[in-house]
Amino acid sequence: MNARIDTLMVACALVCLMAMAAPASGRQSAHPMDMTDAATPRHHAPHAGHANVAPPPPAAADASHATHDMHATVAPATEARSPDYSDGYGHGSMPGMDMHDDPALGMLLLDRFEYVHARDGGRAIAIDGEAWYGRNFDKLWLKFEGKRADGRLQDLRTEALWSHAVAPFWNTQLGVRHDFGVGPGRTWAAFGIEGTAPYWFETEATLYVGQGGRTAARVALEYEARFTQQLILQPSLEANFYGRDDSQRGVGTGLSDIEAGLRLRYEIRREFAPYIGVVWQQRFGRSRDYARAQGEPADDLQFVAGFRLWF
Amino acid sequence: MKPIHGNPGPQIPVLSRRRFVQGLALGGTAALLGGFAKPSWALAESNKSHALSGTEFKLEVTEMPVDYTGAARIATTINGQLPGPLLRWREGTTVTLHVTNRMHVPTSIHWHGILLPFDMDGVPGISFPGIAPGETFTYRFPVRQSGTYWYHAHSRFQEQTGLYGALVIDPAQGERVRADRDYVVMLNDWTDMDPERIFAVLKKRSDYFNVSHPTVPEFLSDASKLGLAGALRERAMWNRMRMSPRDLVDVGGFAYTYLMNGTTPAGNWTGLFRPGERVQLRFINGSSNSFFDVRIPGLKMSVVAADGQDVEPIAVDEFRIAAAETYDVIIEAQDDRAYTIFAQSIDRSGFARGTLAPRVGMEAEVPPLDPVPMLTMADMMGATGGDEHAMHGMQHDAVSLSRRERVPEGRVRVRQSHDAMHSSEPSSRRYAPGLRPPLPTGEGSMSDAIRAHHASSEFHNPGVDMRVDFPRTNLDDPGAGLRDNGRRVLTYADLRTLGGSLYPEPVTREIELHLDGSMERFIWSFDGVIFSKAKPIHFRYGEHLRVVLCNDTMMNHPIHLHGMWSEVESPGGEFQVRKHTVNVQPAQRVAYRVKADALGRWAYHCHLLYHMEAGMFREVVVA
Repeated sequence: MNARIDTLMVACALVCLMAMAAPASGRQSAHPMDMTDAATPRHHAPHAGHANVAPPPPAAADASHATHDMHATVAPATEARSPDYSDGYGHGSMPGMDMHDDPALGMLLLDRFEYVHARDGGRAIAIDGEAWYGRNFDKLWLKFEGKRADGRLQDLRTEALWSHAVAPFWNTQLGVRHDFGVGPGRTWAAFGIEGTAPYWFETEATLYVGQGGRTAARVALEYEARFTQQLILQPSLEANFYGRDDSQRGVGTGLSDIEAGLRLRYEIRREFAPYIGVVWQQRFGRSRDYARAQGEPADDLQFVAGFRLWF
Repeated sequence: MKPIHGNPGPQIPVLSRRRFVQGLALGGTAALLGGFAKPSWALAESNKSHALSGTEFKLEVTEMPVDYTGAARIATTINGQLPGPLLRWREGTTVTLHVTNRMHVPTSIHWHGILLPFDMDGVPGISFPGIAPGETFTYRFPVRQSGTYWYHAHSRFQEQTGLYGALVIDPAQGERVRADRDYVVMLNDWTDMDPERIFAVLKKRSDYFNVSHPTVPEFLSDASKLGLAGALRERAMWNRMRMSPRDLVDVGGFAYTYLMNGTTPAGNWTGLFRPGERVQLRFINGSSNSFFDVRIPGLKMSVVAADGQDVEPIAVDEFRIAAAETYDVIIEAQDDRAYTIFAQSIDRSGFARGTLAPRVGMEAEVPPLDPVPMLTMADMMGATGGDEHAMHGMQHDAVSLSRRERVPEGRVRVRQSHDAMHSSEPSSRRYAPGLRPPLPTGEGSMSDAIRAHHASSEFHNPGVDMRVDFPRTNLDDPGAGLRDNGRRVLTYADLRTLGGSLYPEPVTREIELHLDGSMERFIWSFDGVIFSKAKPIHFRYGEHLRVVLCNDTMMNHPIHLHGMWSEVESPGGEFQVRKHTVNVQPAQRVAYRVKADALGRWAYHCHLLYHMEAGMFREVVVA
């Protein structure tokens, strides 16, 4: 089962990627539906307390999944037993229990806070992070990514999402996105998945539907290669797609830009790590044209230095 | 950082690491109080005479400063001692314990492994409301057993911050085991971190304390030996499953300074002996979240009791002691020299250490830490019934996956590929969730793999990251890190309680529970249901039932049932050993019998404190 969900989630990310190759916005409008459909589990995770009404697991005997399924069960649904051994007994009324096994916790991750030095001499400050607050399976999840250059905010993507656990390594994320920065602000509805794909790829794939039929998609992948327990190389890849031209924001239809990064960080503490890195950025299609018209390079090699922080 | 005694284990590059691991020589309450608050029994030549003994005890729970690493911290102590005083009871008496809470938060003391009325068991919210600040609670109950036990807080993380002590009960008929000297050796894991923060950190980044993640250089080294394809193949399963083969324990030496009788490794707790004497050592793992592999280089240990219950003596070089377990061993040293008691943590991130010596001040060599164990495929997937073909396939895989350790041959079999898995599925192993037929005796025959019965709540559950369909059932596997290490290592298969089962009547019911979790989310549960979402488990008063535990995770879970014995069965269904805490190894199935003869409500949980607090906890109702 886990393997199926992994496949499904990776497929979602691939759908986003493929969508980038397709220029017609009309075609894209269908995708948010596909995405939510796909990302929502066919059977909701059983609420633990009522687990005996959980739907039967599908037999995952498909040979092509078998290696993934080694850890998953092949037990037919009819064999699953009830976890309820209470015979109708409930908990007593004794006060004083202090178990907090589903605590409300919060976390802030500043994944990147960096000084950007472009090959052509351009300089910027970039930020990319997230914060969440919530319990085991449901969290309020905020994301932000932006860049400040030439004394002003160039762009800032902010998202507020309801993150819901649907599988051991995957959450669905539904909410809103608002873009600040140069040009008019844009607001979108967001439908996404977030999680860890097999082989430890941190994966985010989100589709957006904005005012007036605007659509967008964003896929981000991260990996961590440890050289020592503290020296960690983090390759990353991010791609943005837009369903329609937005000349005021400088984005064009189709695959708008790809950013590939390689950051080497040293975890002085687990929570704090300075890093250096290189980032290669490439704009495509109309986005490329808009950039050129603004006097910005269509592709850019940047050197970055900054720090990563969480608590 | 300089390795400790040629430590080949993880290199933890923290400036003060050495002091952190070894601790201050005069650490603990002594460091701040001039040694007066040091538990005298822990320092004494023989701690027997310094115990609090009798039938009436006054215990005060207070917070006080301690210093084990050069950083002062507040500990939770009993009568100003850490560990708390050794309590010595006598079987057949009735003890009265007045426990006064001198803190600003509620507290409790649970008498671990003791048979008593449920309202004396000391679990807030189940047996009593806890002890409010300023209040005194009086425990009073008859002592119906003898042996080595311990006591600890059952309130939040107070056990982690020092609220624990040893409990030794003298048999009514006099000691069965003759010994010239008698020492308690209590092992603990002290942390300078706030345990609430440890818990929160684990929830955010569960691998925070793991300092032996596989690295790129290791991969390259493997690739040069095995070829690129070989190195990739070796990692494929782990990477697909997003599991680490070095995920042995959640919190290790990164946060812990391991203590022996409240003394740091540098402090070197010392027990004296005269050559030729028989010395009894009562090992208690009073840690919150640690497993120790214990040995005394140069000496055989004769294990004579487990969890307070006498067993047929078995001579071993080493044993693994899970959190909350106790083992009594007898040693006989003939030579006039010192011996090191070496207790390394399961992840080899640190150790507790003490010395047995003819004279104070003597020391023996402290051995290096063993290499960090790698979990094997058997730890991930258990056994599987299958044909010879599958068996051979497994061996190939298992060997390639764990060059350092070989799974005991002919005992544990692992599915090697999907075709093996499907072809080897035994069709006849589907038992109704009531009773299962007795297992064939002679563990490890090819056709007797037992199929686990998963609960419906384990499916479609983001808190369950893995399930084992065919857990292994053998008890003779010492576990990752101890297999084939050249030493005779104790396993549950070696333990045979003297006198056999206390309950001759047949087992009339069987319930199966699975130990589940999500490493990533740090959720731990029975059957995928955390405590706050679970209903109690009902044992019918008077029934003799079998509890089957299947571990679907890759970690060990020491499972403790309050108030009643857990009589562990051999794979063949015979009585094996009576315990209060049963460690279930990764992907293992363990069955034990419970005589539900103790009315009331009882706690039932994993004794790794952070697993318990994360949900691996149930209430048992005997009614």
